[in-house]
Amino acid sequence: MGRITLDRVQKKFGDVEVIPPLDLIIEDGEFVVFVGPSGCGKSTLLRLIAGLEDVSGGEIRIDGRPATDLPPAKRGLAMVFQSYALYPHMSVRKNIAFPLKMAGMAQDEQDRRIAKAATALNLTDYLDRRPGQLSGGQRQRVAIGRAIVREPAAFLFDEPLSNLDAALRVGMRMEISELHKTLATTMIYVTHDQVEAMTMADKIVVLRAGHVEQVGSPLELYKTPRNTFVAGFIGSPKMNLLTGAAAAAHGAATIGIRPEHLDVVDSGGTFTGRVGVAEHLGSDTFFHVHVPEMAEPMTVRAGGEVGLTHGDTIHLTPRAAHIHRFDAQGLRIA
Amino acid sequence: MATQHSRTSARIMVAPAVFVLLVWMLVPLCMTLYFSFADYRPLRATFDAWIGFDNYVSFLTSDSFLSSVGVTLQMVAGILCITIGGGVVLALLLDQPMFGQGIVRILVIAPFFVMPTVSALVWKNMFFNVDNGLFSYLWRFFGAQPYDFLSQAPLFSIIVIVAWQWLPFATLILLTAVQSLSSEQLEAAEMDGAPPLSRFWHIILPHLSRAITVVILIQTIFLLSIFAEIFVTTNGAFGTRTLTYLVYQRVLESQNIGLGSAGGIVAVILANVVAIFLMRIVGKNLDN
Ligand SMILES: Nc1ncnc2c1ncn2[C@@H]1O[C@H](COP(=O)(O)OP(=O)(O)OP(=O)(O)O)[C@@H](O)[C@H]1O
Ligand SMILES: [Mg+2]
Repeated sequence: MGRITLDRVQKKFGDVEVIPPLDLIIEDGEFVVFVGPSGCGKSTLLRLIAGLEDVSGGEIRIDGRPATDLPPAKRGLAMVFQSYALYPHMSVRKNIAFPLKMAGMAQDEQDRRIAKAATALNLTDYLDRRPGQLSGGQRQRVAIGRAIVREPAAFLFDEPLSNLDAALRVGMRMEISELHKTLATTMIYVTHDQVEAMTMADKIVVLRAGHVEQVGSPLELYKTPRNTFVAGFIGSPKMNLLTGAAAAAHGAATIGIRPEHLDVVDSGGTFTGRVGVAEHLGSDTFFHVHVPEMAEPMTVRAGGEVGLTHGDTIHLTPRAAHIHRFDAQGLRIA
Repeated sequence: MATQHSRTSARIMVAPAVFVLLVWMLVPLCMTLYFSFADYRPLRATFDAWIGFDNYVSFLTSDSFLSSVGVTLQMVAGILCITIGGGVVLALLLDQPMFGQGIVRILVIAPFFVMPTVSALVWKNMFFNVDNGLFSYLWRFFGAQPYDFLSQAPLFSIIVIVAWQWLPFATLILLTAVQSLSSEQLEAAEMDGAPPLSRFWHIILPHLSRAITVVILIQTIFLLSIFAEIFVTTNGAFGTRTLTYLVYQRVLESQNIGLGSAGGIVAVILANVVAIFLMRIVGKNLDN
């Protein structure tokens, strides 16, 4: 079981309020991703849940039991750190065994659990090595192994993949998702990479300056962003946010159109502009289009083989059903 | 230093330094070696340039030799225990955030800058003195008979004095080691359910092991030649005669330069044996 409830949880460092009172419910077995720009308080929130920081106000409950004043070890949570935080002088086996040893578990049960974790994480051949003799991906797996042997109520990950190269990151992303499917344990995952958030999460929590901007499934956030911040943050490339006359035409202060919801037409069209940078990815092409009335270039997704290059004139028409409208406060107009 | 040319010029550049060092070290060493085979007692006007190994035989077979080696080892071991134990504790304390951290750190380092003779005199007269020493006041305050440290426990007293001087050094090196421990490792151990003592034992101490071996190595080399503290306090009496002090007595008090030189050479050989032995351990420790 691992249902975590945050009730008016607040964190101040001195006079600086990093997390204003915040409510959040994380259901048992959910894969929750905290996402937001750098410095928005994701790590702080995770460390509050872990018990590595004391809350300044509010209450944390794990499975209904108050956990606010429990020390980290008593909360039954396991954490995987960004730097892995492996113990450099211990072998991989001893690293993984450490939490079991601290819990005073019998040796044969320890061995059984280590063997199981090592098999699941492909670490069997490396058990007698030191962390310094492993690659980044292997170290990451050891850190995960050390977390899973304890069979915790929930896993906490703080940007675990940010030290890996792009290819390995995609691989580890899959492995962590896979692990979540097999263990069905609650996982809280912090990242500032919205692609990770979209691909892994059951539920995404978008944070800005300690505030929860929106909570929902990846598709909910993608389809119905609650405000312009979420609209701009979720989705890659970013949504085009237009103000001025173009927005007023739809009765809004700001309208948002995703690059994939702009069609290239031969003539006419709502927007006419000049092609700036064209990014050819093979399957898709992204055009940055300079429209005279707009300050920022618009991004457009077109098919893989569109015969337009730098400097060409392009006509664009948004799909009416996919226009997001926001009011002057940046909130979504239903 | 990859090319032939740069290697040659590097050699020319370091040559003066090497030359000075060699002269500085080799000349006294050669003279000691020369005297160690001579019967040279200036006060009795005897000088016999070659008497073979007689000096060595009489130095090594005298009772005072073995006891002085024992005293030296006890002294070094005692000082190492106190400085490393105390150094670890002080380093951990100094690492805690506290008011006036900078000043406290400077105060802790201060004893290292006091000359050995001065600190020994300060300890002898201000702390250990039976009539006026601070410890005597303390003892009397609790209604106890003042304890005469320097004559009742002379070896221990000297160990305390020298340990007090070297504690800052150990603390300084260990403090930098403590500060280089990543806080995430300690947090991970905390999450893994390790109470403070286990965290110290399983995480902090292994992290410090390298710094501890360095402290042991450096201190041992310096501590083998303790002299001023013994000279000022007990004059080598009451079982505080170390090897260095024995050599001094042979040369200056007995005015037997030949015998003293032989002792000096023996001391050099023993110190080198210890140093090689320690280097091996340190090298092993630094490898993994
Ligand atoms: N110990 C501390 N004392 C004071 N301020 C802190 C402390 N720790 C974090 N902060 C501040 O709290 C804010 C949130 O920090 P946090 O580490 O949670 O950000 P983050 O969302 O994890 O960012 P990133 O994506 O860069 O890791 C930052 O503005 C940071 O400066
Ligand atoms: Mg962070």
